[in-house]
Amino acid sequence: MNIDSRRTNIPPLALHIPEPPARPGEEADFSHIQVTPAGETRRPDSWAEPHSLHDMAYGLVRVLDDSGAAIGPWDPRLSPETLRQMLRDMALTRAFDDRMFRAQRQGKTSFYMKCTGEEAVAVAQSHALDFEDMCFPSYRQQGILITRGYPLVEMINQIYSNRGDALKGRQLPIMYSAPDHGFFTVSGNLATQLPQAVGWAMASASRGDTRIAAAWCGEGSTAEGDFHAAMTFATVYRAPVIINVVNNQWAISSFVGFAGGEATTFAARAIGYGVAGLRVDGNDPLAVYAATAWAAERARTNNGPTLIEHFTYRAEGHSTSDDPSAYRSADERAKWPLGDPIARLKAHLISLGEWDEDRHATMDLECAEAVKAAQKEAEKNGILGHGLHQPLETMFEDVFETLPPHLREQQAQMLAERMRKWPDQGGGDAQ
Amino acid sequence: MTSRRMNMIEAINSAMDVAMGRDDRVVVFGEDVGYFGGVFRATAGLQAKYGATRSFDTPITECGIVGVAVGMAAYGLRPVPEIQFADYIYPALDQLVSEAARIRYRSAGQWAMPITVRSPFGGGIFGGQTHSQSPEGIFTHVAGLKTVIPSTPYDAKGLLLAAIEDNDPVIFFEPKRIYNGPFDGHYDRPVQPWAKHPASEVPEGHYTIPLGKAAVVREGQDLTVLAYGTMVHVALAAVEELGVEADVIDLRTLMPLDIETIEASVKKTGRCLIVHEATRTAGFGAELAAQVQERCFYHLEAPIERVTGFDTPYPHSLEWAYFPGPIRIGMAIEKVMAE
Repeated sequence: MNIDSRRTNIPPLALHIPEPPARPGEEADFSHIQVTPAGETRRPDSWAEPHSLHDMAYGLVRVLDDSGAAIGPWDPRLSPETLRQMLRDMALTRAFDDRMFRAQRQGKTSFYMKCTGEEAVAVAQSHALDFEDMCFPSYRQQGILITRGYPLVEMINQIYSNRGDALKGRQLPIMYSAPDHGFFTVSGNLATQLPQAVGWAMASASRGDTRIAAAWCGEGSTAEGDFHAAMTFATVYRAPVIINVVNNQWAISSFVGFAGGEATTFAARAIGYGVAGLRVDGNDPLAVYAATAWAAERARTNNGPTLIEHFTYRAEGHSTSDDPSAYRSADERAKWPLGDPIARLKAHLISLGEWDEDRHATMDLECAEAVKAAQKEAEKNGILGHGLHQPLETMFEDVFETLPPHLREQQAQMLAERMRKWPDQGGGDAQ
Repeated sequence: MTSRRMNMIEAINSAMDVAMGRDDRVVVFGEDVGYFGGVFRATAGLQAKYGATRSFDTPITECGIVGVAVGMAAYGLRPVPEIQFADYIYPALDQLVSEAARIRYRSAGQWAMPITVRSPFGGGIFGGQTHSQSPEGIFTHVAGLKTVIPSTPYDAKGLLLAAIEDNDPVIFFEPKRIYNGPFDGHYDRPVQPWAKHPASEVPEGHYTIPLGKAAVVREGQDLTVLAYGTMVHVALAAVEELGVEADVIDLRTLMPLDIETIEASVKKTGRCLIVHEATRTAGFGAELAAQVQERCFYHLEAPIERVTGFDTPYPHSLEWAYFPGPIRIGMAIEKVMAE
């Protein structure tokens, strides 16, 4: 470096590299997070002009207070039946995650991703959306499928990439796809689903349909150009779409600061685009439900898109390949100031006299049993790497609608290789 | 069916007009595409005829244009986005390579992606390095994409209609140097209009040219020339000027490739010359050369020759020294015929 280029009469420049408040071995520190009291954030009309909503991007929509009471203008006033169903869908999602995580550790599949602590996002949102609305999820919205009643066996078949897998064993585990349940094929490339959701919503609007689209990404992938493209298209065409940023504080090992979270909120990204932005307590199922219903009504009445930041916490590792103890404080989960979504909804139902500990324990048992039974059923179709995969020749199908000559040649080559490897097993179609 | 003289732009416009008239799921959009009708006028009149929800302008984000097209295709539309210049397509690569090309496969056929991305490509217009590139080799390398390049107005319309009706994503590169007339590579001679070329007689209604079928545009016994886009005309002129008896094959579709037509010709002639504008190293010519030697090695009388752009960024002032014109082709023909 040419030292002479420094001018000595002014202070030198300094590059800011964000650093989280606590690292392993240190006490978790969330003192910088301002928790707006439940019921305090105003509820504007769903047709309000975006410029009148700027404060919403810095507030925090919260309904459930610390005692489990639902208070304030955002209380969606759901029936006890709906609340119990939401509780069950979240509990089932957590039970599913726990069992599938163990399945990966047992060597039954290659990979898994839990959404522990974030269940309210996908589950409460699925309750607030219509079943026909189209979802463009990231990899952590398995709660949509579970809430919409997609069979657990089908999910596990996909996770095992087995002979029953509707996706023919082609996708990494948890990259589900379920058109009949309004669930777009999950991509491993981040944020690509956002402009796709906007395009789907534009198509729906251009055809005079009544269905809207919703998309999810993490706070980390708001840095992708796709996010900016999606927001720009969404505002330009006033697309009937809800773009959800699930701010779970961590993108693998990168804390929220590397996505720009030190400087502003993610809901505030909406302001620059002239889009309605809401910031919501993502661990409060009622707040998530209410915000989603607000945004859905806005979209359905041609008042345009909404960006919702769900402020939550990724209670576990990024995936089975991750070890968060290597980069973050061990007691963050326990000290997270917004609690746990299942515990909070449970407390609310109990406070209403609509639930109790015994019923909760029974429900947890039923969820665990349902997952166990589905797993047993799915394992009849095989587990990853143990026979029972898709027929070999299917590798070449669906590259195009019809098989072109060069792929037909390559298919024959692959089958010849398998015959050499497994001459006595007919090419080892079950190997 | 009535026909009339069209240049390539008019033929491409006619293809979209016919497609939009037959199927209300076909939508066209891109930068300057709607009201104005595109910087090359390819979509002129479509918004007035079909309305702004079917032909519209977009923000300047190629990632967004293709990403939105993927979502529209998922809904059930048949989007025909325009990328204003092929040189601008790179911000859309992730949406093309990781999304459009892969969604049928990764969803095991649950979703199809009937998207046709139109984009003017190639040089010869003094466009400098950001308005002249030939990036077809990037797309032929991607499993799940088809790549189509027409060389005449008649082919442009028939191939574009076939692409729009295809249920898989198609990259449709339009050789912009020959939008208004064929080009023999002699940049110092007067330009020719399409009107004098037989392939400018274009039916006004619907017809398709199947993807994956090459055209033998000139027949001869001594040499096989493989070309596409603008270079078909440059190669034809060079062959005629040298008086070589050559099969000149217009590939029309790079993926899927009509290797049968190529193989039959090379086995007949025993010599093969490959011509493209794109840079040389790992260009599509390398793939062609590999396939020809795999299939025709014992019929070859001489090493396969390639005529390509040089491995430099596309220059501005030195365009004609860069462009693979009649001299470069002529020297290659002399070499391949001398063996």
